[in-house]
Amino acid sequence: MTAGKFTDHLGRPIVAVTGMGVVTSLGQGIEDNWSALTAGKSGIHSITRFPIDKLSTTIAGTIDFVDVPSPIAVERSFAYARDTAHEAIAQAGLSGDFQGPLFVAAPPVEPEWSLRFAVGDRVPEDQRNGNAYAQFLSVFRQQPDEHFWESMLYGTVSERLADLFGTRGLPVTVSTACASGATAIQLGVDAIRQGKAERTLVIGTDGSVSAESLIRFSLLSALSRQNENPEGASKPFSGDRDGFVMAEGGATLVLETLESALSRGAKVLGILAGCKEKADSFHRTRSSPDGGPAIATIKGALADAGLHEDGIDYINAHGTSTPENDKMEYLALSGVFGDQLTNIPVSSNKSMIGHTLTAAGAIEAVFSLMSIQTGTLPPTINYDNPDPAIPLDTIPNVKRDKPITSVLSSSFGFGGQNACLVMTAEPA
Amino acid sequence: MNTHANEVVITGIGIVTSLGIGCERHAGLLADPQPIVPVRSTNIDPPYVVHPLPEIDWSEQIPRRGDQRQMENWQRLGVFAAGLALDDAGLKEDADACSDMDLIVAAGGGERDVAVDTMIIEESRKRNDREVMLNEMLTTELRPTLFLAQLSNLLAGNISIVHKVTGSSRTLMGEEGAGISALETAHARIAAGQSTHCLTGAAFIAERLDTFLMIESRNLSDRRLSSEPDLATGNPDGVVLGTAGVFLVLESRQRAEARGARIYAVLENVGGDRGPRNEPALTERLDRIATTVAPQAEAVDLVIAGAAGEPVTSDIEQAFLSSRFPNAALRSQRAAFGHGIEAQFPLAIALGALAIHNDTPVSPFGTNGGESPSAATRSAVVTTLGFQRGEGMARLARNG
Repeated sequence: MTAGKFTDHLGRPIVAVTGMGVVTSLGQGIEDNWSALTAGKSGIHSITRFPIDKLSTTIAGTIDFVDVPSPIAVERSFAYARDTAHEAIAQAGLSGDFQGPLFVAAPPVEPEWSLRFAVGDRVPEDQRNGNAYAQFLSVFRQQPDEHFWESMLYGTVSERLADLFGTRGLPVTVSTACASGATAIQLGVDAIRQGKAERTLVIGTDGSVSAESLIRFSLLSALSRQNENPEGASKPFSGDRDGFVMAEGGATLVLETLESALSRGAKVLGILAGCKEKADSFHRTRSSPDGGPAIATIKGALADAGLHEDGIDYINAHGTSTPENDKMEYLALSGVFGDQLTNIPVSSNKSMIGHTLTAAGAIEAVFSLMSIQTGTLPPTINYDNPDPAIPLDTIPNVKRDKPITSVLSSSFGFGGQNACLVMTAEPA
Repeated sequence: MNTHANEVVITGIGIVTSLGIGCERHAGLLADPQPIVPVRSTNIDPPYVVHPLPEIDWSEQIPRRGDQRQMENWQRLGVFAAGLALDDAGLKEDADACSDMDLIVAAGGGERDVAVDTMIIEESRKRNDREVMLNEMLTTELRPTLFLAQLSNLLAGNISIVHKVTGSSRTLMGEEGAGISALETAHARIAAGQSTHCLTGAAFIAERLDTFLMIESRNLSDRRLSSEPDLATGNPDGVVLGTAGVFLVLESRQRAEARGARIYAVLENVGGDRGPRNEPALTERLDRIATTVAPQAEAVDLVIAGAAGEPVTSDIEQAFLSSRFPNAALRSQRAAFGHGIEAQFPLAIALGALAIHNDTPVSPFGTNGGESPSAATRSAVVTTLGFQRGEGMARLARNG
C-alpha cells in the first residue's frame, strides 16, 4: 500500500486531531495550562482536601477550583471530563450531537469513606455489630440510596458524558492504570481505522485523589515524601527523585479522519500517526529488567506511524519521578534510539503537573500536540541534580523553542501496561 | 463486511459457573434433555440468594502459590478461566501465539478487606475526628498486596504474568457494558484485520458483600428471604447474582484454519448501545441493535436472553425477543446461571457457541417450565441487558 492524501503508509485513514481540552492543577483550559507549563510552573501543593495528619505523603496536584455537587471521585472525574470535552468540541467547531463513539479513561472508583460513614450512622444502635457491609445492606433494604449507588458504578461517568454530548453507541470506559489515557486514544484511533466511525471523542479523566488512594500508593512505596517543598518534589530523571506525586486532571481529544476534517474546513492540530500497546509479564509493579516490552512498545508505535528511529523530534516522557520508572524508561529509550538519543530532547510534564494517573496519557498527548503546534517544548523542572545513570537532554528547567514535526509520548503502568503514541504535524 | 479470511471464529472457551467447570460440563448440561437445575446458595447474610463459586483447585491453572497469594478470588477466577480457554484452544503452550495475543478484560473491582472496613466503621462511631482516624487506620491496617488484588487492571496483569499473554492489554469497565464492549472491540479488531487472535472475557464473584451494595443500594435484589420454599430453584424475583468466569479465544478464520483449530462457532456480529430505559425507547433501541446484528431474524433458532432480572426490563426484553425472533427457542440465562454483571455477556456467548457446537436440542434453563423446545442450533442470538444501563447483542452461527 502507498500513502495517499487521506491514507497512511498502510492505506488506513489518517487520523487528525481537531479539538483539544485540558484541565490540571495548573489551571482550566489549554491556554492557561500551556502558559504555565512552558513557564515551568508547578501545580503541586500541600493537600487541603482532607486532613494530612499521620500521612507520610502530604502533597498532591489536586484540582480545587472546579465546582462539584458532591466531593467524591465520580463527580470530580465527570466534571474534568465534561469541561475539557466542551473545550475540545468547541475548538473542533462542532455543534449538536457528537454522533461518534466515546472512549473514556476513568479511574476505578469505590464509594467514598464519607458515604460509608454516613451509611454506618444510619444503622440502628442495636444492629451495630458484626460485618459492616451486612449492616449497610440492612440499611439499604429499608431505604435505597441513589447517591451511594451512583458513586460505586464504573459506568456512571461515561453514561453521563454520552447523554451530555450525544455520542453514538455504547461508550467504552477503559482502565489500564497509568496507561489508560493512551489506551483510550488508541481505541479511538482503532475505531476510525476500522472504518466504523468518522470521528471519535476520547477523554482521560482522574479526580480520585483521596486519603485511601494516597495511602494505597504510599504502601507500595511509590510516592514522593518530599513534603517540605511541594513544588520541587516531582523531579523526573534527577538523582534525588524518590517517587511520583499524585495528581488530578482531564483531557479530551476530538479525533477524526483527515478527510472529514479538511472537507468541513476544520483546523488540523496534528495527526495521531502511530499507536502500540504491549503487555509485560514480568511482575505486578515492576518492568522487565531488560526493558523488552517497553522497547517493543516504542518500536511498535514508530512502525505503526511509518517512522524510523531518526523520525522523532521530541519525546514527551512518562517520567514519573520514581526511581524505578525513570531508570527503566531511559533503558527503553536508549534501547530504541541508541546514540541518536542524545540529540532528542526528552521532557516530563509530570515535573509540573504530577502524575495524573488515568488521565496522564491523554493530558500528555494534548501537550505533545501543543508542542507541534507552537514549536515550544515544555521543560523538565526541578532538574538540579541530574542522575548520571540517565544522561538525557531533559530540557532542564527552562522551555526550549524548537520547531518539531513529530513527538513520541510514552505511558507505562502497574500491571505491565505499556502504551506509546506517535503524533505528527499535519502533512504538508 | 468481513472478508472470509477475517471472519471471527471461537476456538477456545474457558468457563466456570455455579454449575461447574469447563466446556465438557457445560456442553453436557446444554445437551441434556432434562432442565438445567440452578445451584443456588442462601447463606449470604443478611439472607441473600446467589449462584455461588463452585469448588475449584486453583493450582490447576495457577500453579505457583506465590501467584495465588497475590490475588483474591475475583482475579483468581478470571486467571483460571483464561487458562482454561487457552488450554481449550490448544494455545496454552504456544509461547509465540501468546506473546502477540490481544487481551481484553471486562473488569469490576477486586475484593475489599471487609474486616478492615468494619474496624474503621466501628471506630468512626466513637470518634469525631473521623478523617484523621481514617488516615491512622488505613496506614496501619491496609495490606499492600490487597491493593493490587483490588486494582481493576490487575486481572489482566495477572493473566499476563501467569499465562504469558502479552500482546496488547486492555481493561474495560462499566458493569455489563464492559463485557459487551470487550467482545465488540475484540470482534471489530479481528474483522478489520487489526488483530488475528484475542483472549477476551471477565470474571464475577457473586458472594461478595461489597459487590452486593451495588444491587441493594437500589433495592434491585430478590427480596425474598432464604426461608421461602422455592428460592433454591424457582424463578427469581429481582436480580440474583451469579458467579461466572468466562474467557474466549477469538481468532480470524484464516489463522484458525491454518493451524487446524477446532471451531466452536462463528461470531458473526456484536453490537451494543445505551439510552433511556422507558418505553418505547428501550424496545426501539433493541430493535435497532437487532437490525444491525441479526438482520435475518427468521433464521435464528436459539435466543439466550440476558436481562438482569429486574422485572420491568426483563419483561420488555422477553416480549421483544419473542416477537423479533419468532422461530427461536428462548432461554433465560438468569434462570440457570444468575446475573454475572461484567461476565454476563461473555457467558452468553460461550453458552451460545457450545449450544451450536453440540448440534443437539438445547435443554430448558431452570425448572419453571414454559420454555419452548428447541431443535439443534444453527444460528443463535444472545443478549445482555444491564441491570441499570447498557444493552448488547451478538449473533453466532454454525461453522461452514
